Amino acid sequence: MARTAQEVADAMFELVKEYQGKKKFKAGDLTKAMIEKFGQADCDKQLCKTAIRTLMDSGRCVYTYFGGSFIELPPKEGAEGG
Amino acid sequence: MADSNGKQTPLLDELEKGPWPSFVKEIKSMAKESPMCQDLLGQLEKSYGEKRGYWKHGGIVGVMGYGGGVIGRYSFLNEEFPHVAHFHTIRINQPSGWFYTSDAIRTLCDIWEKHGSGLTNMHGSTGDIVFLGTQTSELEPIFKELTEKDFDLGGSGSDLRTPSCCVGQSRCEWACYDTMQLCDHLTHHFQDELHRPAFPYKFKIKCAGCPNDCVASVARADMSIIGTWRDNIQIDQAAVKAYADGGMNIERDICGNCPTKCMQWDGKTLTIDNSNCVKCMHCINNMTKALRPGKDRGATILLGAKAPIVDGALLSSVLVPFIKLEPPYEELKDLIERIWEFWGEHGKNRERTGELIQRVGLGNFLEAIGVEPIPEMVAHPRENPFIFYEEYLEEGDEEE
Repeated sequence: MARTAQEVADAMFELVKEYQGKKKFKAGDLTKAMIEKFGQADCDKQLCKTAIRTLMDSGRCVYTYFGGSFIELPPKEGAEGG
Repeated sequence: MADSNGKQTPLLDELEKGPWPSFVKEIKSMAKESPMCQDLLGQLEKSYGEKRGYWKHGGIVGVMGYGGGVIGRYSFLNEEFPHVAHFHTIRINQPSGWFYTSDAIRTLCDIWEKHGSGLTNMHGSTGDIVFLGTQTSELEPIFKELTEKDFDLGGSGSDLRTPSCCVGQSRCEWACYDTMQLCDHLTHHFQDELHRPAFPYKFKIKCAGCPNDCVASVARADMSIIGTWRDNIQIDQAAVKAYADGGMNIERDICGNCPTKCMQWDGKTLTIDNSNCVKCMHCINNMTKALRPGKDRGATILLGAKAPIVDGALLSSVLVPFIKLEPPYEELKDLIERIWEFWGEHGKNRERTGELIQRVGLGNFLEAIGVEPIPEMVAHPRENPFIFYEEYLEEGDEEE
């Protein structure tokens, strides 16, 4: 069954949350993980692209830069990236 | 001049001497009204004295929904220089060809003096308008005000960097295609790639109208789109004669400096073997009234340049020798997307396209993006050992 962008965004968020502090995900990593999870027929790259936009616009994740761009959970209040 | 702590800045003062422009002079000028610039002077002086940088770079800064356009910068010396504890850079998408009205520049400066240090870089090496130095809390207000005035952030991080172009047909008679239109079109078409980093690393597109390559795309852009022509150089023989009569030594200075020696001057007529012309522009640049690019114009697409960050520097190599560039540029956009598809799938973290091609081999790369290998992709026969022209080998031929 084809997935919606919101479903994929939720799954991406759960993955980022699960690995926060252990592994940093790039947009491409999340895309590959979602295609593996849901299958190419139900979740293609275009859907993942829309899902990432949905996820970032919701504010549940933010982009970070550490020698490359990653998608992570927002910092907790008072903790500042540097 | 003294910094915010009242200390003198003798090392920085040295950089104001000489006939050239000085960034120290500009910072000092802003320091009269900006505490941020005063602290910047103090930290810079300390850095020069101790031969150490005190900036840390990166982290978690940006505006809602965007992954590019803000470069996080923090000071290690935030107690000594509190006004530069945050000193983020903002990149703003420049207009194609860097044309502004004075009103637009005033608007930018007003926004920046209200929310940041007031220091700008017009323009950064990416081509963007660069705002130097603001705090995290000011990012959203700046973004809001910029977008209300129809400006948008540029690229940074692992995304499509802000496409840039030369002034093209707006001011240059050599431009072989409309660079500003193409740059504007690509910028709007690839908004998602520009604002939401999804690549293994950065990807730069620069559009140069002719082989003079005024935006230095061949050295700086992953994809260099350089204007060219495929028919004959237009010659005005009377104007050539006028150059000769005016004292120009055409035989020595024009024909003698042609890299492929494809020109001849018999004292009356200039002849060009156009099949051997490599479009170096030397003759056209020197006899601007007599020679012009041909009429069948388009562009050459080259791929793979980069500066030495992770690995060594690379220049772009020819991917498409000639392409007509007219809206809606579907062929070009399709090619770009095929390159990104393969790069996204196989590129390593922080690997540029030029490095990817070196790693996987040009032959494999071309096959993956559906482009046929052709002789124009190599400078000399057998220079690239990854390409084999098997169709030229017949049964019984000895393979070397």
